Amino acid sequence: MNALSPADVLDLFARFLMLSLLSVGGAISTAPEMHRFLVEQHGWLDDAGFTTSIAIAQAAPGPNLLFVAVLGYQVFGLTGAAAALVGMLLPSTLVTLAISRWGHARRDTPGVRAFVHGLAPMTISLLMAAGTVVAMPLVQAPEHRIGSLVLIVATVLAMLLWQVSPIWLIAAGAFVGALGLV
Amino acid sequence: MRYASRLPLRNSIVTDSDDSSNAERPAPRSLTELFVTFTLLALQGFGGVLAVAHRTLVDHKRWLTREEFVELLSLSQLLPGANIVNMSLIVGDRSFGWRGALAALSGMMLVPLVVMLSLVAVYNQFADQSAVAGALRGMAAVAAGLTIGMGLRLAASLRGNPLGWVLAATLGLATFVLIAVMRAPLVWVVPGLGLIGWALARWRLAQREEA
Repeated sequence: MNALSPADVLDLFARFLMLSLLSVGGAISTAPEMHRFLVEQHGWLDDAGFTTSIAIAQAAPGPNLLFVAVLGYQVFGLTGAAAALVGMLLPSTLVTLAISRWGHARRDTPGVRAFVHGLAPMTISLLMAAGTVVAMPLVQAPEHRIGSLVLIVATVLAMLLWQVSPIWLIAAGAFVGALGLV
Repeated sequence: MRYASRLPLRNSIVTDSDDSSNAERPAPRSLTELFVTFTLLALQGFGGVLAVAHRTLVDHKRWLTREEFVELLSLSQLLPGANIVNMSLIVGDRSFGWRGALAALSGMMLVPLVVMLSLVAVYNQFADQSAVAGALRGMAAVAAGLTIGMGLRLAASLRGNPLGWVLAATLGLATFVLIAVMRAPLVWVVPGLGLIGWALARWRLAQREEA
């Protein structure tokens, strides 16, 4: 953790305010920009610290967006976590509420109805693509290929056929993985 | 032809005649219920909250239909910010205005944030053990399966889409190839294919009106 200077915290806050508006496709899409700012430009964090922050946030419960708070925490402690998270949330929240209200008020117009129907195939396909992208590094490693493929297929079947709650499936995955079977 | 709105959520800005027909549809009863619901679903979301949100909001609470879930997800994807965060904001806002948005958002963030910052310390001590690495791999595989399974379940909601199955399947396939195979950036794919899908749906809807 670095020595706290109000100017630095303000700098961090201002930068994350800007990144918030660029975060189409989720906060993770601005991770390269955060890396440039925190690691390369200011040296507040090293490479390993940056990567671990993202890995922890993805393994822990809660929105993946919270990696922003972990980054802020490792740079400036709790003040940094608050500055980074509030900065990242504030602009996108205001934009989302404004546009959602605007669209909802016009939900029977052809333009908005075309939006609802026309984007549905892409949105659903993006989910399957996201699942595939997460699975790829596991399936491509020869020593993990069979175990992770079995686990993925079992998860899909458990979800479709028996509607098992995600939390139990995640727990089962952690257990099987800890035994060294994946 | 006019689509009857099936949105169960009250909106602070829009009060229209459709609201009366939604009386039997469940909706959040209080700010506390919003906060608690989103806290619980966020805490179950290891490796992504979306699958749990789908299960809670559509299957259990029935605040959203499958179609509405896809609609909010489409909108969230196009807007800046994390999808699940945007979705919680919209659900909260349509129930109780900005106070609802704040309740849903803080439910999603507060407790998980405390849990996560505590985990940072614990993780640093055990990161080297192979059982921990294995468990993380197992969780990642299940998270991937959950997301794919959710996509398959939501695909059923495309039935009756005015695009028709050929156009819908083509758009879906194009999205998958661009993102999963070619790894094209979302920032281009979502607005690009979104615009094409919107224009095609607009054209199909106009055709229907004429018929």
